[in-house]
Amino acid sequence: MNEDLREHIITLLNSDKRLDGRKPLEYRKPLNIEYGFTKTADGSAKVILGETEVLVGIKMEIGEPYPDRQDEGTIIVGAELIPLSNPNFESGPPGIQAVELARVVDRGIRESSTLDFKKLCIKKGEDIWRVAIDIVTLNDAGNLFDASALGAYAALQNTVFPKFEDGKIIRKEKTTKKLPLKNVPVSVTVCKIGSKFIVDPTSEEEKVIDARLTVASIEDGTLCALQKGGEYALTEEEIAQMLEIGIEKGNELRGALKNG
Amino acid sequence: MVYKKRLDNRGFDEARKIEAKVGVIKKADGSAYFKFGNTWAYAAVYGPRNLFPRFLQDPSKGILRCNYNMMPFSSSEDRVRPGGSRRSKEISRVTAHALLPVLNLDEYPNSVVDVFIELPETEAGSRTAGINAASMALADAGLLMKDLVSSVSVGRVDDKLVVDLDYAEESYPDGPVADIPLAVMPNSGKITLLQMDGLVSKEQLKEVIKMGKKACNQIYEIQKKALKDKYPKHSAGDNNE
Amino acid sequence: MSNVLVNEKDIVVPGETLAEGMDNLPGEGTYRQGEKILAGRLGLAHIDGRAVKLIPLSGKYNPKRGDTIICKVTDINFSGWRVDTNSAYSAMLSMKDATSDYIQKGADLTQYYSLGEYMVASIVNVTSQKLIDVTMKGPGLHKLKGGRMLEVSPYKVPRIIGKQGSMVSMIKTATNCRIIVGQNGLVWIQGEPDKELLVVRAIKKIEEDSHLSGLTENIKKFLEAESGVKLGE
Repeated sequence: MNEDLREHIITLLNSDKRLDGRKPLEYRKPLNIEYGFTKTADGSAKVILGETEVLVGIKMEIGEPYPDRQDEGTIIVGAELIPLSNPNFESGPPGIQAVELARVVDRGIRESSTLDFKKLCIKKGEDIWRVAIDIVTLNDAGNLFDASALGAYAALQNTVFPKFEDGKIIRKEKTTKKLPLKNVPVSVTVCKIGSKFIVDPTSEEEKVIDARLTVASIEDGTLCALQKGGEYALTEEEIAQMLEIGIEKGNELRGALKNG
Repeated sequence: MVYKKRLDNRGFDEARKIEAKVGVIKKADGSAYFKFGNTWAYAAVYGPRNLFPRFLQDPSKGILRCNYNMMPFSSSEDRVRPGGSRRSKEISRVTAHALLPVLNLDEYPNSVVDVFIELPETEAGSRTAGINAASMALADAGLLMKDLVSSVSVGRVDDKLVVDLDYAEESYPDGPVADIPLAVMPNSGKITLLQMDGLVSKEQLKEVIKMGKKACNQIYEIQKKALKDKYPKHSAGDNNE
Repeated sequence: MSNVLVNEKDIVVPGETLAEGMDNLPGEGTYRQGEKILAGRLGLAHIDGRAVKLIPLSGKYNPKRGDTIICKVTDINFSGWRVDTNSAYSAMLSMKDATSDYIQKGADLTQYYSLGEYMVASIVNVTSQKLIDVTMKGPGLHKLKGGRMLEVSPYKVPRIIGKQGSMVSMIKTATNCRIIVGQNGLVWIQGEPDKELLVVRAIKKIEEDSHLSGLTENIKKFLEAESGVKLGE
């Protein structure tokens, strides 16, 4: 359906250009993170990446530990691609696209070990903290993966524990205690169109992508989660190149986060 | 007990701090946000656009669909489970009915105008904030409209009638509380939303409507300004006169 | 006594009173209620003799007979092509309106227009239920190959085209791009990559500033500064 567009994008990429004038491996501007946009959440962050805007809010909940991890808290990530943010999204329960987005963000955070789950245990075998991270799209102009992952980490940085007393959360009172965070995982989705790689695709570019690889990594370049998508296969060499790009660009994204 | 002074020191006829902006969601055909204090509603309009499945179509006019949704982290209580509730369905319905009287959809047979209302932060009065945002978004989308719609909640807290109840007042422990959200077409004064829970007398209700209309007129001025502010470079100095 | 309460080009919102008394007439985008003329949508006030009108600032394209539009093939069936018109309604392009060729029954219609292809077409009919027919028979109607598509507000199209096409020709001269502006708010642009981008920027500037006076002169200055091409009178 989009062959003309694809051809045009490839022609441009052959001279290192994109539809909006960017270089292939350039993120959109502005890239801004607004911490604490909502007071009802225990932590929140809004990410603005070009015209893409994503909200992430965190609610701390009390839960029971998993049977095989009696002394560990956990995270739960949800994503809603709400129809307010894109004319093609529909109301109702999260579709397959939203579930993939939530799970990729979940893995990037969980596997990076940035959150010490043991420190989220209140009473072994009984009460644990569950960090409910919810991603909501406000304007989908492309690259929800990277914006959401960045927003999720920023929201974690912004989170404080609510007061916990007699087995219950007192929602009206917040503590000053922050979440124990170690690493800084960020995600970079590298996309392949024809024989070229780009990062931070716009909605138009997303229509003609052959394959994508979301690369989540921490500061020292260690990979913590991957997700290959798109209808076409990738060669080993291509994957190696995409990882390089993912790690390098990850450092750039990390620069948008507040320190500590 | 007597409610002498509002918990946050507002006047009895005074709404919380209002903020409104138009054109906040680029993908949408029309959009706006509206805040009453810490209650914050976004609205986006898409359409008129194709309506499927076909059996939903009305060959005589376009239809309006509203969808009110609280974001999972938007409650001061526990996380809101995604996917909608009976409450959000009812609010979606009364919102559509609050807006329909100003809309002229005769020009758009078989099509739909979708209004999506999303709340990132709520502390009472979310449906009225949603209606205010939606009315601005519909105007921004260039739809044929007789008027705007302005909405506010008026309530009874103990022996007093107050405008724009906040969260603490809704759960006032020392006396009866009634919450009466209403919406008004400011130019005709007609009422397009009226709900209530709680106990009030007929006489009190008359006073409630009077107070509500007065507050809605102030809200209307803010909505009007927000719509005009979308075109900042436009200056009166360009006029021919 | 009649009284016009707004100035020319004032931005007004739905329900705002534009005039009082019976001497003025409600024009497009307005309505009468008793003694008053009120705004029936968001727009710019325009006083045209006794009539008070509104010039829309936003809104979806409303298909009209005789309009030249850019559309996209979304489906192919027995009788022809279904095309998207960038409005609430799709249109049909029948075989007889598509080509003068004789098309054999069961022929592969994609050899004429295939899925996803764009074309410049003309609207030949719009029914009250908004069933729309388009044709490819007429001067300047053709398939669009290559280039890029830009979406603009259909209400800004007259400003983008300019008086007798003056605005769009000025952009063409400055950028050496091919440009086709559809009444339905789709603009097709083809040229050198950097120049295509300049066209996009110029058109966005026209959209933003369309309600300001001195538009042509401002765009001319912008294009001259950005392209280095000197534009004559």
